[in-house]
Amino acid sequence: MLHIINKSALSNGSFDSCLRTAESGEILLIEDAVYAATKGSALESKVREAMSRFKINVLMPDLEARGLADRVIDGVSPVDYGGFVDLVAGNKNCQSWL
Amino acid sequence: MSDVKKFMFVNRKAPHGTIYALESLEVVLITAAFDQDVSLVFLDDGVYQLKKAQQTKGIETKNFSTTYRALDGYDIEKLYVEKESMDARGLTEDDLLVDVTVLTSKEMGALMGQQDVVLSF
Repeated sequence: MLHIINKSALSNGSFDSCLRTAESGEILLIEDAVYAATKGSALESKVREAMSRFKINVLMPDLEARGLADRVIDGVSPVDYGGFVDLVAGNKNCQSWL
Repeated sequence: MSDVKKFMFVNRKAPHGTIYALESLEVVLITAAFDQDVSLVFLDDGVYQLKKAQQTKGIETKNFSTTYRALDGYDIEKLYVEKESMDARGLTEDDLLVDVTVLTSKEMGALMGQQDVVLSF
């Protein structure tokens, strides 16, 4: 399953809820959720830990808009809009954690 | 003007994902036109509003981050960032578009206490 998250994990619980309940699969961070993919934040260790269960992807146009495209945590996969479509098409189903 | 009030704008939302940051800027500029004593505060995800190198071409929205650099042209020079919020996001003053005063949570609270009007975004 593909888990799509669009809220900042430092101010909203959806990323935490996803990690708590979902077993495995892929995560795609979009919109304000992309901050979780950046080095140096208080979330970095949590994200690195989650990488053992999930493949984590981040939507680059959203990270570029926020001025943090050069700080992606190693192991997080950058995707563009085409990659977003491939992720949705390549997974059996997806869940948007609104 | 005789009755100048102290206005504080508290910005706590990340830019681009919601309209709050842009709307706050609009109201700040309006307030400045009335010659009030304006302070801008950036807390929590609000500190992301000031991040350098924002490039919104890919998401096809207005890159309003450049407006923060124009604020001193409107005599808005009191910009405050909470240290704890910056630290939690791995940001330093060098990452920010404009010169700011960095305050601890406690100092921020004291500053809030001095205001006549506090507007939250």
